[in-house]
Amino acid sequence: MYSEKVMDHFQNPRNVGEIENASGVGTVGNAKCGDIMRIYLDIDENQIIKDVKFKTFGCGAAVATSSMATELVKGKTVQEALEVTNKAVMEALDGLPPVKVHCSLLAEEAIHAALWDYAEKNGIKIEGLDKPKSDISEEEEEEEY
Amino acid sequence: MDKIIYLDHAATTAARPEVVEAMLPYFTESYWNPSSVYTPASANRKAVDQSREIIAKSLGTQSQNIYFTAGGSESDNWALKAAAEAYENKGKHIITSTIEHHAILHTCDYLQSKGFEITYVDVDETGILKLDELEAAIRPDTILISVMFANNEIGTIQPIKEIGEIAQKHGIIFHTDAVQAYGQLPIDVDEYHIDMLSASGHKLNGPKGVGFLYIRKGLKLRSFIHGGAQERKRRAGTENVTGIVGLGKAVEIAFDTMEERTKKETELRDYAMNRILAEVPYCRINGDRKKRLPNNINISVQFIEGESLLIMLDMAGICASSGSACTSGSLDPSHVLLAIGLPHEIAHGSLRMTLGEETTKEDMDYVIEKLKEIVEKLRTMSPLYEDFVKKNS
Repeated sequence: MYSEKVMDHFQNPRNVGEIENASGVGTVGNAKCGDIMRIYLDIDENQIIKDVKFKTFGCGAAVATSSMATELVKGKTVQEALEVTNKAVMEALDGLPPVKVHCSLLAEEAIHAALWDYAEKNGIKIEGLDKPKSDISEEEEEEEY
Repeated sequence: MDKIIYLDHAATTAARPEVVEAMLPYFTESYWNPSSVYTPASANRKAVDQSREIIAKSLGTQSQNIYFTAGGSESDNWALKAAAEAYENKGKHIITSTIEHHAILHTCDYLQSKGFEITYVDVDETGILKLDELEAAIRPDTILISVMFANNEIGTIQPIKEIGEIAQKHGIIFHTDAVQAYGQLPIDVDEYHIDMLSASGHKLNGPKGVGFLYIRKGLKLRSFIHGGAQERKRRAGTENVTGIVGLGKAVEIAFDTMEERTKKETELRDYAMNRILAEVPYCRINGDRKKRLPNNINISVQFIEGESLLIMLDMAGICASSGSACTSGSLDPSHVLLAIGLPHEIAHGSLRMTLGEETTKEDMDYVIEKLKEIVEKLRTMSPLYEDFVKKNS
């Protein structure tokens, strides 16, 4: 059901953990729907993401997309990180089953939420970043069967 | 992966070698249609009748009340739809429970769309039907009560005899979906006042694609599949002779070995449940501790999600299942776990392990050690666990 890359990132997730006094922290999803992602960013004075960590409660795809999303933003500038879309995360994982696409959206949203937190803490505005929705899962429609 | 430890016997089981052996001749040399008049075909008629006899005996009834079907879902559909149709002049109200299998719940949805009214009686926190609510739900136009014998997810065994007595007292037909219980528990349809009972072959080491519906003599149930005169004109289609022979053999062995087998499974189940409760922090047993199928273990592990758990168990060669949303194709976790009052996040972290007669103590010891490692690994990744630890430190 999952690609080899998804399984690899699920079995050996990159960047699991927390960052003390992180520059920005974002938590998205909710336990009711079974997915919660939290991203920690350590951003230097040049707006470069020096380190990133994540914690995820969720299925295999949720863990793998979190892991891949952290890999994709690590070492990037804030602006570059903003351009990491859910599509990019999915492509980097060689695709996701259709019912798991929402996991990649959650990963994108978690990065955005962490960036938003960073911007708020520092009183800056990041071009193109809107206030993240706190819960994207509600957009998902229940599958009819 | 050297060895696979299969702990999903509630999903399906392997056919026993004796079952396969009994079936084989009916694919080839004895391929006759049981309805044909020539001499060789009579052996196949006899084989079908023999299976019917074995099953009837196992339920304490006569063979004319056993009707072969293609499995549990067909039996459930037939029982509900045909009873609704046959008795709709008396009333259009049906009572069932909140924790039924989808073969019942979705059939009820269908009947509702056809103008029937359905009442879903609640269960308590261990999954046992609330009998007072059942009795209170009965109306003059109630024609059918359908309550499963034992639950497929949490293994809770229902007070079937009491439900049967209530139904009988009010003159209401009582159907039970016994797909999980049949072959694991002794069932006497007369003692329990059961009017219809569904069962399936592949849950008791028989073949897939075959099951039966017991229908009490005198019920005016019409055919669900129209065509030939098979099954006393109530279920058309050339008999699935191989399947029926395999089912008969599986039932015979299941009932011959029931006492010893279920005693062993119950001991192993309780051993494993006690170890898990003692050694995996923040977990709970779902379902009733005693009124429970001998082979069913269902736990909720807090702060982690079921699908992740299943994939990691799979990587360790362990096959199990979960009531998490991710395994159901929807965003909601199992309706059964929600019905017993679990919050969504606890229901998402459920794990069902159903033992078989080949499951050993060594298997369960290995599974529990792996489970402990996996739970720890997933918790280090879980933001819910992080929050919990911070809150309590």
